Amino acid sequence: MSDVIETAATGEAGETVRMNMIQSINSAMAVMMERDPNVIVMGEDVGYFGGVFRATAGLQEKFGKTRVFDTPITECGIIGVAIGMGAYGLRPVPEIQFADYIYPALDQLVSEAARLRYRSAGQFTAPLTVRSPFGGGIFGGQTHSQSPEGIFTHVSGVKTVIPSTPYDAKGLLIASIEDNDPVIFFEPKRIYNGPFNGHWDRPAENWSKHPGGAVPEGYYRIELGKAAIVRPGNALTILAYGTMVHVAKATVEEMGIDAEIIDLRTLVPLDIETIEESVKKTGRCMVVHEATRTGGFGAELSALVQERCFYHLEAPVERVTGFDTPYPHSLEWAYFPGPVRIGQALKKLLKD
Amino acid sequence: MADVPRNLPPLSLHVPEPKFRPGDAVDFAAVEVPPAGAQPRPDTAADPASFHDLSYTLIRVLDDEGQAVGPWNPRLDPDTLRTMLRDMALVRAFDERMFRAQRQGKTSFYMKCTGEEAVAIAATHALSRDDMCFPSYRQQGILIARNYSLVQMMNQIYSNSGDVLQGKQLPIMYSSRDDGFFSISGNLTTQYPQAVGWAMASAAKGDTRIAATWCGEGSTAEGDFHSAMTFATVYKAPVIFNVVNNQWAISSFSGFAGAEATTFAARAIGYGMAGLRIDGNDALAVYAATQWAAERARTNQGPTLIEHFTYRAEGHSTSDDPTQYRSAGEPGAWPLGDPVARLKAHLIAIGEWDEERHAAQDREVAELVKAAQKEAEKNGILGHGLHQPLDSLFDGVFEEMPWHLREQRQQMLDEEEASGRPWARKA
Ligand SMILES: Cc1ncc(C[n+]2csc(CCOP(=O)(O)OP(=O)(O)O)c2C)c(N)n1
Repeated sequence: MSDVIETAATGEAGETVRMNMIQSINSAMAVMMERDPNVIVMGEDVGYFGGVFRATAGLQEKFGKTRVFDTPITECGIIGVAIGMGAYGLRPVPEIQFADYIYPALDQLVSEAARLRYRSAGQFTAPLTVRSPFGGGIFGGQTHSQSPEGIFTHVSGVKTVIPSTPYDAKGLLIASIEDNDPVIFFEPKRIYNGPFNGHWDRPAENWSKHPGGAVPEGYYRIELGKAAIVRPGNALTILAYGTMVHVAKATVEEMGIDAEIIDLRTLVPLDIETIEESVKKTGRCMVVHEATRTGGFGAELSALVQERCFYHLEAPVERVTGFDTPYPHSLEWAYFPGPVRIGQALKKLLKD
Repeated sequence: MADVPRNLPPLSLHVPEPKFRPGDAVDFAAVEVPPAGAQPRPDTAADPASFHDLSYTLIRVLDDEGQAVGPWNPRLDPDTLRTMLRDMALVRAFDERMFRAQRQGKTSFYMKCTGEEAVAIAATHALSRDDMCFPSYRQQGILIARNYSLVQMMNQIYSNSGDVLQGKQLPIMYSSRDDGFFSISGNLTTQYPQAVGWAMASAAKGDTRIAATWCGEGSTAEGDFHSAMTFATVYKAPVIFNVVNNQWAISSFSGFAGAEATTFAARAIGYGMAGLRIDGNDALAVYAATQWAAERARTNQGPTLIEHFTYRAEGHSTSDDPTQYRSAGEPGAWPLGDPVARLKAHLIAIGEWDEERHAAQDREVAELVKAAQKEAEKNGILGHGLHQPLDSLFDGVFEEMPWHLREQRQQMLDEEEASGRPWARKA
């Protein structure tokens, strides 16, 4: 991956082929199911049909019905059952069809999965990887567009992972499945098929033309907790993840700004060293996410940067986010933090 | 604790599998279809324990000759029958037109109820105008049966300037308090406990209105379904639970909601609740069961669960291709026929309708829908969503707008200024 300067991939990756993010996620599951008979895939419509986004296509055929199966439509049931399977010794990879539907499963995730290791002093663990498409920009209305990552970063005991390229998605998903802790793996569905510059009126690119679309066929992992510097620069540091990495990159390139862009890749655990080093170098920091603003992960990032880099800062940390409203169907592009919102914030941040 | 014997046979995990997949020939012989008119109709004050059988069979009124038979025959007058038939035809024409509109890029999404028209239409005719309905997304028939404006429905689908929901909802997620139609959620089955709460409130206030709610068979797996059942039975809430068993939940057949083991109507039995399993493609059976359940609710006999046994003849939504997971022969082979055709046959059989009038009606409803579409499109189509005043984005989060939303609204307007986008400011 040429434009990733720091990447933390390890493994025996093998031949590289062109994949979009859905294919790379599919490939990660296939590789892991091949390597570890305890990995199982479950969720609404994931079996015969291969998932509404086709992320599990072909897996049932390959690995059989007892390792890849449809579930009843009950998110709390899916996660509760996955916890029990994990306690037995399996490594379940449950899919929640849209992140908006993870809320019925919150109690099982927050009160159970996240605490099982702690409360049983390690006798029981919940090694699940919950995959779920999230984010807006597809005219999905209020119930197919949300970004609930902040809810999970607020919970101790779950890891939160968000890829921004097919290459990262596969390596991070493999690392998540191998991880012995519960992982929430949010897939930015707006960039399933290609990166996107945030301009709703321009066609999306294709992953086949992007370096992140070159994906090794076999096994490799990207360590959780390691950010990637997707663009080096000196004028300021932009902290982003998922879709927003691409929007931020397009914006600074259009504006000709020498920004350093860090793709966090995992929110918990967070690569604080890379962040700190970058902000101390640039002296300015902007946080971008699509989720609503108040109490969002951007607030945490902003506080961390302020705590650790205060004497290096030349301006207050700038937050660019979605608004504190539900996702409005018809005005979704006014809600979406696009190049204009990021551009305004950049101007403010670089004012003096 | 007994010692574990070492030489046990290995366990095996059962994963349900539908009978037919793409390419398979369909044979629905295993679907038990009892004759119309065969089931008894208990008194509405009867103890639910005395009619458990009605949760396992199929209550049917229309027979193969198009005659209405048996104790569940609601004996409707021809005008009511004709109105129901027209409503059903209108829903179908509406679905056709809006499905095409989505394909033409005029909106983002649409969901048809083809093959299930009787479920919403006949039930609505059996309810009072002021009873509150808590639908899922496949009961557009409730609004049609309550003569809600087609143009308004389309405005909502287009999120255009005439949309009473101000472009804030996904297409088809209507809401009309005045028409007893609760705001639809995209999150499955959340409406179930809400319907119970509304019904409990009505009972607590000494009102006469009741609540009715709908969900798909797949959705009965959600925890909310079971919470609702418990509350309803504990407080004898005046509510009707409708489970629309259309056999498929996107690509998952009903077995993944538990249909291999029992019926959905039988969910009622464990709660001590009245349960009926009915032919959902038989408008008269739907009407009769709803009327019976409504009478139970209105006389403080408590809730009723009705399973409407039917079939989703089309895809789940515009995002779905059913030929990827089910046999293409299924819709045609469905043993309970088509609800519109069956009601039409009944009216013809009793000498109150004929093919000519039916064809004329089909033309008439198609024209009506077409005209409504033309009217609605004057208010715009979804396009790029430029029809709502930009700052309306912040309306309705709270009754009064707190400082942080006012600040963000200003930020958005500044952004618009900077971008030169053509959104209109709110007047
Ligand atoms: C809480 C929640 N989980 C998942 C979904 C995604 N989803 C939308 S419709 C659907 C299938 C519902 O099937 P069923 O209840 O049988 O109703 P039908 O569509 O057949 O009428 C699913 C899984 C959702 N909308 N909400």
